[in-house]
Amino acid sequence: MRRLWSRYGGYVIGFLSLFALWHLASVYLVSSVLFPPPGVVLRKAVVLVRNGVLLEHLWASIQRILAGFVAGSLLGIPIGLAMGSFRPVRKMLEPYTEFLRFIPAVAMITVAVIWFGIGEGSKIFLIIYTTIFIVILNTAAGVAAIAPNKIRAAQALGATRAQIFVYVAMPATVPYILTGMRLAMGNSFTTIVAAELIAANEGLGKMLWDGRMFMLVDDIFVSLVCLGLLGFAVDRLFRWSIYTFAGKYSPAT
Amino acid sequence: MALVCFRDVQKSYRPLQGAEWVAVEHFSVDIEAGEFFCLLGPSGCGKTTVLKMLAGFEAPTAGEILMEGRPVTGASRDRGVVFQGDDSLYGWLTAVENVEFGLRMRGMARGERRERAMRYLELVGLTGQQQKYPAELSGGMKQRIQIARALVNEPKMLLMDEPFAALDAQTRSLMQEELRSVWRTTRTTVLFITHDIDEAVTLGTRIGVMRAGPGSRVKGVLDVALDGARDRTDDVFLRYYKQVYEMIRDEVAKSLLRAD
Repeated sequence: MRRLWSRYGGYVIGFLSLFALWHLASVYLVSSVLFPPPGVVLRKAVVLVRNGVLLEHLWASIQRILAGFVAGSLLGIPIGLAMGSFRPVRKMLEPYTEFLRFIPAVAMITVAVIWFGIGEGSKIFLIIYTTIFIVILNTAAGVAAIAPNKIRAAQALGATRAQIFVYVAMPATVPYILTGMRLAMGNSFTTIVAAELIAANEGLGKMLWDGRMFMLVDDIFVSLVCLGLLGFAVDRLFRWSIYTFAGKYSPAT
Repeated sequence: MALVCFRDVQKSYRPLQGAEWVAVEHFSVDIEAGEFFCLLGPSGCGKTTVLKMLAGFEAPTAGEILMEGRPVTGASRDRGVVFQGDDSLYGWLTAVENVEFGLRMRGMARGERRERAMRYLELVGLTGQQQKYPAELSGGMKQRIQIARALVNEPKMLLMDEPFAALDAQTRSLMQEELRSVWRTTRTTVLFITHDIDEAVTLGTRIGVMRAGPGSRVKGVLDVALDGARDRTDDVFLRYYKQVYEMIRDEVAKSLLRAD
């Protein structure tokens, strides 16, 4: 019990104070229907969970983020490794990465909808687009940051170039890849909301948009809180899995 | 013929800006099989450059380096390397996995390579620490892993680049003693780079003193006829220390002037 408290006590106090401040601001400072207090939002959330609307929206967004994020990472990691390891590949691909990464995913929404329609295709495309460049850049930077002595030691131990790539360069890059993926996950939330605001039939972004259209202020806040909590939970989960499954790849050494 | 011959070796670097820098010039020395050769010199004199060329990490710009009569063309497991810092260790592998890295690359069966690695971990005094990751071990222990990792490959010689320079004084002298006993067991030829006279006299069977850079070369070579455990308070030890000190004193002064 004590260990649990020392581990999570800070979070509990932090969240409670957040909701308390929100309550105070909403009830005493603003006191307007346009800024509902947490209790009202919670009651609305319970209603939306009961009739299944909230879970439907939530699940739609999660599915899209996961699919795009996994696909973007799976594409980005090998490209990043190749760019970091082979100069000609880097020279060849840099025009793509350096050109495209300055066009934000949000700016690509229109093109995505024209190409892939307003269904799943355009959302997954946008999340892949958001994910891939961060993962590529971090992976390539990770390869570049490998201590030269790690490579030299392997050479002096008789490793071939291919072995050095597989047994030294790849594992040494894992912490950078994971960092890139974590950043990409954060950006995916921004992108999915923007995409769903503009063109979607369900999802947390669509819920926001409907809330605005029909003046359902409570719905808007439910959606916002869900986004925050979801992002927080996913990030913690990511950190926890890195710690548990890839602890030995932590950047300490 | 000597195991290793440096013949009139030169290494110069061409920086992106400014004049060409000649690190080593007319560098010639022979290293015999079975000896513990200490290469001693003031900082920045190109000692490490010599080691990198023999390891095969860098090619000389002139002259040649022969090992068993054949020119050195690249890194090879004939020449094991122990680096100064710990950044050559693989942080995602345990101590024993680090040690067996070379054997694994050779495709040796798991059981056999584990058994050999354990033997060498014992040799360097790391029994019981084999399942720890490098980050969990002290600086001295990490250097032991490096030594075991190089030796388990049974190289024809061991190249050591100031391996104890980053350790505290007590650990350093302990490591020196242990390295000496490891060397007496294995009789692997060693090229040991250091800037520490005490370390050179403690470990070496021969000491090569280098001139200050640029264009550094060997100023003189000294045979150390000390056997058994070397005692720092022994008269003979002190006489060698003084002899080396006098050889290197002017060079250190020169390198300091250059640094200013």
